[in-house]
Amino acid sequence: MKVTIRLFSVAKDLAGFREREIELPDPSNVSDVMTMLDGVDSRFADWRKVFRLAVNQEYVSEDHPLENGDEVAVIPPVSGG
Amino acid sequence: MVRLITSPIDTQEAAESVRTPESGGIDVFIGTTRNQSRGRAVLALDYEAYEPMALKVMALLEREACDRWPLQRVTIVHRLGRVEVGETSVVVAVSSAHRKEAFEACRFLIDRLKQDVPIWKREYFADGSIEWSGEHCEPLSLTKLEE
Repeated sequence: MKVTIRLFSVAKDLAGFREREIELPDPSNVSDVMTMLDGVDSRFADWRKVFRLAVNQEYVSEDHPLENGDEVAVIPPVSGG
Repeated sequence: MVRLITSPIDTQEAAESVRTPESGGIDVFIGTTRNQSRGRAVLALDYEAYEPMALKVMALLEREACDRWPLQRVTIVHRLGRVEVGETSVVVAVSSAHRKEAFEACRFLIDRLKQDVPIWKREYFADGSIEWSGEHCEPLSLTKLEE
């Protein structure tokens, strides 16, 4: 399946990209995306515990199953307002 | 009504947008850029957002506030991009028949916005450094920041 990863703030800086489409085996869940990102930059794994995750613009947990066409966002601690 | 804009926020317009004949009180919160953060002088903040989700979460917060308190109107406007010291970064305005609910709902909305809405700020310090600000974590200072 194909999913789009969107990164923001420190996650974007650590991984070096804002947005990327990736191929994943079926079935996959959000945790598989995070494991893939751990491989992009070793510091990502340290930050992982404070990142929240969203699929199609709704907060989810790491075991959330993915479907073809989903948009997965890595949400570092927010600082709006 | 929830909005993300890149131009200066018209706070008067935001406050007036919630005025109705049924309202006895309007509470307005204005968030402004402070000239210091964690003991260091700040020149400006720069906000970025996961825009479609930020709007979605802001709308959910608006609905939650209207479910919990008897409000007539809610307006939330957040600015994106560079916001200089002294300028407004966010306005939350609510109207209700009575002031108690207006105060409570307005506080709820800004508190929850700061916890849940996917918006992030970079702090531009006077010493030239630029850091992401974040609750619950040490800010990360990076030499290669994507502009």
